[in-house]
Amino acid sequence: MTKVNVYVTLRESVVDPQGIAAKDALHKLGFDEVGNVRIGRLIELELSGTQAEIEERVKKMCEVLLVNKVIEDYSFEIGEVAGK
Amino acid sequence: MRFAILSFPGSSCDEDMVHAVLNIVGEGAEVVNHNQADLKSFDAVILPTGASFGDYLRPGALAQSSPAINSLKEFVKTGKPVLGVGNGFQILVEAGILPGAFLINKDLKFRSGNSTLNVENASTRFTAVYEEGQQITLPFAHHYGNYYVDKETAKQLKADGRIVFTYADDSHDGSVDGIAGVLNVQGNVLGMMPLPERAVEAIIGGTDGLPLFQSIIKNWSENNVSHA
Repeated sequence: MTKVNVYVTLRESVVDPQGIAAKDALHKLGFDEVGNVRIGRLIELELSGTQAEIEERVKKMCEVLLVNKVIEDYSFEIGEVAGK
Repeated sequence: MRFAILSFPGSSCDEDMVHAVLNIVGEGAEVVNHNQADLKSFDAVILPTGASFGDYLRPGALAQSSPAINSLKEFVKTGKPVLGVGNGFQILVEAGILPGAFLINKDLKFRSGNSTLNVENASTRFTAVYEEGQQITLPFAHHYGNYYVDKETAKQLKADGRIVFTYADDSHDGSVDGIAGVLNVQGNVLGMMPLPERAVEAIIGGTDGLPLFQSIIKNWSENNVSHA
């Protein structure tokens, strides 16, 4: 099985109320250097297939279900592809 | 007229919808399980509110894996009416049947209460019994009620008369242009966050939801004159 990390983030044009609340909380805790906070999501997948297959299938999963492209962007990292 | 009330795991207001249609409005209504894909024999489909599939991933997203969604898409093509309220609206958006997406409420809180709405378009098959510009009161209850479309889409929706309801008060929770309900291009699918089925009896606080059901029935009767 190969591990894939899918990173889902809110599009830049979308206001992130959770990020704003977290930023305010960080400021209250003394982390004044924090300018902006955006909260996203990490989805860990384990799947089989060759590098090329995994890339194609994960892209499809993102487009079909895991990501809503109206409000979100994504990227993913494929871990070491399990041999044989 | 026969209404299918499409129930997903976690839909919690399917019986409220049946009550409104069957006992108050006096038309046929039955709960259809999301695994039962056949909707052909019905005249209208309603997606009730609740928290389908636990609201996991994004509210409404996981319902896409139900057999009923494919038959719903076929049903939409026939031009018959489809209404999604609350979580039902979120399902329609996630399935790509209606435009936009939902974000968490601006103040991050689950909120419920009564919202005052403007009827922006009273010439749709869902609103013909209302007056244009009429203000109505309907209950709402949501955590992800913050409707998002980009500016261009919002402009287009407005130009096409597809914004059916807007919030007239501060219960918009961040929704772009205060949008509370939108139509698809063909005009046979309406999604709305406020809950008309909770406002059909004076004894529980109001009847402003009734004209919505009456509009659907009126339109259907006009197009099915000789069904007797």
